[in-house]
Amino acid sequence: MQTLQAKSDKETSVKQDPISGSEAVLRCLIEEGVETIFGYPGGAIMPIYDALYGYADKLTHILVRHEQGAIHAAQGYSRVTGRVGVCFATSGPGATNLITGIADAQIDSTPLVCVTGQVASPLLGTDAFQETDVIGISMPVTKWNYQITNVDEIPAVFAKAFFIAKSGRPGPVLIDITKDVQNAMMQFSYKKCEKIRSYAPYPKPTQQSLQDAAELINTAKKPYILVGHGILLSGAQKEIVEFAEKAHIPVASTLMGLSAFPTDHPLYVGYLGMHGNYGPNIKTNECDVLIAIGMRFDDRVTGNLKTYARQAKVIHIEIDPAEIDKNVKTAVAINSDAKEALHELTPLIKKQSHTEWLQEFRDCDKIEHDKVIQHALHPETGKLKMSEVVNVISEMTNGEAIVVTDVGQHQMATSRYYKFKVTDSNVTSGGLGTMGFALPASMGAKLGKPDRQVIAVIGDGGYQMTVQELGTIMQYNIGVKIVVLNNSFLGMVRQWQQLFHEKRYSFTEMTNPNFIKLAEAYSIPAEKVEQRENLKAAVQKMLDAKGPYFMEVIVETEENVFPMVPAGASVTDIRLE
Amino acid sequence: MNTPQPDNERTFIISVLTENKSGLLNAITIIFTRRKINIESINVSESEVVGVSRYTIVVKLTREKAEKLVKQIRKLIEVLGAFLYEEEDTHYQELALYKVPLEPFLNDSQNTIENLIRQHFARILMVEREYIIIEKTGRKSETQQLFEELKAFGVSEFVRSARISISKSKRRTERFLEELEELSARTSKKVEYQD
Ligand SMILES: Cc1ncc(C[n+]2csc(CCOP(=O)(O)OP(=O)(O)O)c2C)c(N)n1
Ligand SMILES: [Mg+2]
Repeated sequence: MQTLQAKSDKETSVKQDPISGSEAVLRCLIEEGVETIFGYPGGAIMPIYDALYGYADKLTHILVRHEQGAIHAAQGYSRVTGRVGVCFATSGPGATNLITGIADAQIDSTPLVCVTGQVASPLLGTDAFQETDVIGISMPVTKWNYQITNVDEIPAVFAKAFFIAKSGRPGPVLIDITKDVQNAMMQFSYKKCEKIRSYAPYPKPTQQSLQDAAELINTAKKPYILVGHGILLSGAQKEIVEFAEKAHIPVASTLMGLSAFPTDHPLYVGYLGMHGNYGPNIKTNECDVLIAIGMRFDDRVTGNLKTYARQAKVIHIEIDPAEIDKNVKTAVAINSDAKEALHELTPLIKKQSHTEWLQEFRDCDKIEHDKVIQHALHPETGKLKMSEVVNVISEMTNGEAIVVTDVGQHQMATSRYYKFKVTDSNVTSGGLGTMGFALPASMGAKLGKPDRQVIAVIGDGGYQMTVQELGTIMQYNIGVKIVVLNNSFLGMVRQWQQLFHEKRYSFTEMTNPNFIKLAEAYSIPAEKVEQRENLKAAVQKMLDAKGPYFMEVIVETEENVFPMVPAGASVTDIRLE
Repeated sequence: MNTPQPDNERTFIISVLTENKSGLLNAITIIFTRRKINIESINVSESEVVGVSRYTIVVKLTREKAEKLVKQIRKLIEVLGAFLYEEEDTHYQELALYKVPLEPFLNDSQNTIENLIRQHFARILMVEREYIIIEKTGRKSETQQLFEELKAFGVSEFVRSARISISKSKRRTERFLEELEELSARTSKKVEYQD
């Protein structure tokens, strides 16, 4: 086995007193510009926590209430700042509690560095107390992982970890450190990693691919752009607007791409996928050139692949070669970072106008408005609807808040009706659909962007999966605004049961606790809204609150989210009711 | 290399060059496990370049599936390169060892076993007091054929190695690694924008 030892040339620091492996870990984090760590201590990581005690002035550590809370918080932090999220956990159960979040970060391309303590190296493989094969368990869900069993490896491994997490298509990295290494002494010096020969994170777009794409776009009659998370990850917000405007092409967004393109832009046509907008879905099967940028044709976007965009020539701009031709066959693949590709492509594009084609989307909007949106946003009687609550929040925040959603109907309602005007504002669990994500992720988002309004919209089910994080919110006075849309159901599952299982509501109804009292038990001011006429005032009160705030809204129990492309159906089979 | 063929399931050889890192074998095989793809055989050894391992993996797949699989393997950080070959684009061999009791040899007045070994281009690796060990390199059908014929004399142990193969391509590993040095040095910072 090869060890990763720092070379002694070009190092940042000169000879000094030896320090412990634990202190070295913290020094590495500081070298990488880390300010905030989310974590939870335990036996196998105690030396690192001991060192942390002396670093309180340089590193902020947030003690969560469950390691899943730590990792989702780190994800939320990363998603709004673009920085690498960092979390600490102990061996065994501490580390396994991170796994859901690691899998979530992997599928949603979120850069994280997770540090787990491990039993002392002589005990590896002996079923020692709290020993788990974390390297083995995390291997399929990390971009890279490494177990440090030699103290001198620490700087080089951390440098490599941050480089891997952040570069190319980002993802989570896990470093497992045995306890003896944490206690061992070493001479510290740090050099950032800038290159790994077996890893080429930034493929260069070929001239051929750019020209081929330009030619398709320049001759297209009905071109159509789909934007994904890659726009946000590569920072191509400006480039995508320039590109779309020059060629005058309608733009739709995936769930993960929301807030990459301003919703009030005249070329923005809406949100894609299972509960997306009507036009964006059906027009996929009418366009002649489909330009997919930084998105991966998830099945929740494509529906049945056999009938997806068959008429279109597909241009796929994508940094990860494994995504190209994975689900949808491309006519032209531009394998590179979205920002770079757009920067190169826009000059090759002719100025165009596709007014009639754009109008077709607007005609669809009218249909969707009459059949769905009108009733969703402006009901006059009956219980409150999720959609109208989201709409009120959207209007009262002028679409400028960071919105964190959990998983379920409320997530789809929010994705549909929150009108994002500011970029990097949508934080949700997309690929994994992890209930319990939102509350801790919102803590991370608020700590990452303390000056922005951060609103978590959560279902009554998912809220109870990580509700313990109210303790963290209380302890650090994290000013998140928590909105629970309470339908007393695992609503999304109930919707499927209603539509596809003859209303056999098998274990989806919930008797919930008194959420107001629960918030109050954590000293978080709380209000419950049941009446339509009280909604706006309650939202205003929440937005005005200085610290954390909890709002429960009692919504219709058996409301469905429409439109809907049933799983496995074609995008053209989208149901409006 | 790219002889157009209908995309039916057939044997492919995936040749992977990696850094020598512990745990990588596991990282590679779980890519197959996750997709429920059976590995027909796998061999790992140090390549002609110090510190670089070569994996030779045999699978039965359609080309489309095999190509997607190879792309997933390339995603692993320590993988330097992964190459997909149709069987006929490689030269390949396997090694088989057969343990046969000594007894029949001693009473083999017609030299049947000896002739068998000769016909099959096998050789005697070892003669012990109780048994002999026969060694044969060849393709699976060949080593299997010898096994079938030796059965009459009682084979007490039979083992066949994974396939090892060498591609017919002209690519040189050293040169390939040099190219990688350039590709991996490319960072987003080098891209010039007028932000
Ligand atoms: C951890 C986890 N378990 C199960 C599911 C399956 N699931 C998807 S949506 C949903 C219901 C969510 O209910 P709730 O949080 O109340 O949100 P609602 O749909 O009612 O808005 C369930 C159980 C999941 N996505 N994640
Ligand atoms: Mg619910």
